[in-house]
Amino acid sequence: MALKASELEVGGTHTAVLVKDLKRTQLVQYAGASGDYNPLHTDDFYTREVAGYPSVFAHGMLTMGMTGAMLTDYVGDGRLLKFGVRFTAQVWPGDDLEATATVEALREEGGEKLVDLKVSTRNQNGDEVLSGYAVARVDP
Amino acid sequence: MAVDRFPIEASHIMMFARSVNDGNPIYYDAEYAAKTEPGAIIAPPTFMQSSAQFDPEYSLRPKIGQPWFGSGKEATGVKPGSSDGGRGGGGNKGTLHAEQHFEYHRHPRVGDVLTATVKPGKTWEKEGRRAGKLIFTETITEYRDQNGDLVVTARGVGVRTERPATSG
Repeated sequence: MALKASELEVGGTHTAVLVKDLKRTQLVQYAGASGDYNPLHTDDFYTREVAGYPSVFAHGMLTMGMTGAMLTDYVGDGRLLKFGVRFTAQVWPGDDLEATATVEALREEGGEKLVDLKVSTRNQNGDEVLSGYAVARVDP
Repeated sequence: MAVDRFPIEASHIMMFARSVNDGNPIYYDAEYAAKTEPGAIIAPPTFMQSSAQFDPEYSLRPKIGQPWFGSGKEATGVKPGSSDGGRGGGGNKGTLHAEQHFEYHRHPRVGDVLTATVKPGKTWEKEGRRAGKLIFTETITEYRDQNGDLVVTARGVGVRTERPATSG
């Protein structure tokens, strides 16, 4: 179901829980699907002893991928035109993540209605781990 | 990552969607997908990242017969003092992902065969609070379909840190 411009207002939000108690196994699952086998995300021994981190941590792209699911559930299939993020803090096993899209503007371009969204994903402490934007095509 | 042939395949999309907690049936049920607006199984928004699977040189994948920097008997499979300074057997171990941007000209669908070409972007430096000097490097990847049409433009920014960055 696509969004309708007539039913949106600037400042309106959509929030979704992305994950509760993120498991190390999910990092392995993402490594396998994406092809990014960096041991920083899958190999605790290496990550502690050689890289100097307290434990493995999530691929930034896993957080972006889960945040993308929140966006496409909200704006509809095939409606995204742009999606960009900065990774602002690391995501660790055990984290809970929640993502919010906020309507920043409704506009028209080339005869199409578009929505500009601010995107933010936070952990259980309220710390922002991902900050970004999206643009989607909406129905009138 | 430059890739000569990135076939958009249904099982790969199904596995990728599962791995990012995306239960939308458009990513695994062709009959359902046929009734949606896109009309087919399409790639989830961040799926282009998985073109790494089709990059023969991708440094963050163990390769048959080559050293790998992850742990085995020891914490790393690469000896200190080796040509790469003992930091690893691949490419960008000290590099973290700082930013990622996608522009969708259309959403790739099952059956598309894409190519990816890489253009270097800007490089800049910043002094970090915890991790010392930060060196940012931008990469622009253009994904084109079997007709040569641009389907997705991706812009990634990597950051190399002097010390581990434990900002979380």
